[in-house]
Amino acid sequence: MTTTIQKTMKGLWSLIVGLKVTGKEFCRPWITVHYPRQEVTNLDTFRGHIDLVPVLDDPEKPLCIVCRRCEEVCPSGCIRIEGHVPGEEKEVPVRQLLLVSNISLPHSAAREPICATDKTLRVLDGFSLNYNLCSLCGLCVQSCPVSSLTFSSDVYLAGASRKDFEFDLLQRLIDRAGSTKLKKAA
Amino acid sequence: MTQILQFLMLPLVHLIVALIAILTFIALNGLILVYVERKVAGFIQRRPGPFEVGPHGLLQPLADALKLVGKQLVMPRGADRILFWVAPLLSFAPVAICLLPIPFGPYLLGLNVNLGLLLVLAFSGLNVLALCLAGWGSNNKYALLGAARAVAQSVAYEIPLLLSVLCVAFTCGSLSFVDITASQTRGLLSWNVFSQPLAFLIFFVSALAETNRAPFDLPEAESELTAGFHTEYSGMGFGLFFLAEYSYMIVVSAVASVLFLGGWSGPFFSGHWWMLGKIYALILIMMWFRWTYPRVRFDQLLNICWKWLIPLSLINLLGTALIINLVR
Repeated sequence: MTTTIQKTMKGLWSLIVGLKVTGKEFCRPWITVHYPRQEVTNLDTFRGHIDLVPVLDDPEKPLCIVCRRCEEVCPSGCIRIEGHVPGEEKEVPVRQLLLVSNISLPHSAAREPICATDKTLRVLDGFSLNYNLCSLCGLCVQSCPVSSLTFSSDVYLAGASRKDFEFDLLQRLIDRAGSTKLKKAA
Repeated sequence: MTQILQFLMLPLVHLIVALIAILTFIALNGLILVYVERKVAGFIQRRPGPFEVGPHGLLQPLADALKLVGKQLVMPRGADRILFWVAPLLSFAPVAICLLPIPFGPYLLGLNVNLGLLLVLAFSGLNVLALCLAGWGSNNKYALLGAARAVAQSVAYEIPLLLSVLCVAFTCGSLSFVDITASQTRGLLSWNVFSQPLAFLIFFVSALAETNRAPFDLPEAESELTAGFHTEYSGMGFGLFFLAEYSYMIVVSAVASVLFLGGWSGPFFSGHWWMLGKIYALILIMMWFRWTYPRVRFDQLLNICWKWLIPLSLINLLGTALIINLVR
């Protein structure tokens, strides 16, 4: 009998404690971001699609050494890289850019290795990303030996067709460099 | 001028004017309480709540009401046509009568009847019937389950509610709201909540259950029964149930403030402002409860009633009767 009453008293007290908690929260300021009026400032950890990182002194030149590790490690097969060894003639691209018309299924484990193992200097000619297939696993960013890849932070990326999500990352890098130059000039 | 006053003093005219005023009050209250409830929910969860329609979202309930009025009335196949449409009307209609005998101020009173308490209890009981009919008439299993819960819950909680109300009726010796208020006008300490604290607590808990408010909102338990008894209602059918729920909140808060908190009497300035203040304070506490406590399980709900509230209110009633007899 006494234990029942004790239990009940404890339960009733817990009700008051609950009211105290919500009452306190009621009086404190909002913690949500009031979107159209405020925006999130901390986007460091946001994973957008990948972007190329330029070398320090030339914003138009990517850090990429065309080792193709990212292309090989990508489980969705959404990266295509074209490059050539300086002095030699540009390779005629064997693979076409990944377009909507010929989306290939993710490669099986038995595919031939495509990443370069030698230390030949190569120059990047094209870096195409099919963001429709990307699962944002981040393996490409992790596996890049020269940290040439980073996640972009465009939170508001939206498009009306698949074509809007096929990016030429090299072109994007050059465009970004151009826009920063313009800004500096202004 | 005197002729107009005489015309207004006619009982029928008085009644009609009072009913119209009460209906206006209820409709306005519906708008205000929807807004307040959503704001309270927002603040407790530390978000702004409705904000986009009008300044600080003030026009949001108006937009909601317009949407509800504009919607098509749909009835599911196989539903009972008459019962299905009678239910929301039956749920809402008694509210006006329930507010009629409640004195909002010394002179602000719709109908002075000496059995006002009985009138309110009798007509508020009709709401259970409405929920039952809605659940039965919808031809929907969730609605039926909700209706079954509503009936079990309301029948159970009506008993402690009545017993705690009886305590007050014993001490005041009257069933008229006017007399009960009059007996509490001798200062703060004459309020019944100080002489009958247990009865007040039992009344408030039972009132929460009677109005199907959280944590006793089992008849509509959205996580288990989609929406319980009003699953199949859209548009104004749903709107009427919604309005009825908020109106019953007003009714139970008004009855609680008259029975236990001194009605319109209060320190410094007695009058309808005190009454409104008490009503809204109680409603705010109900909302606070809703956003604090999780819904109880059905067996817990009935256990609280049969094992705690009814024995406690019986003991309280017997004690009250004994003391009153000894004093006399």
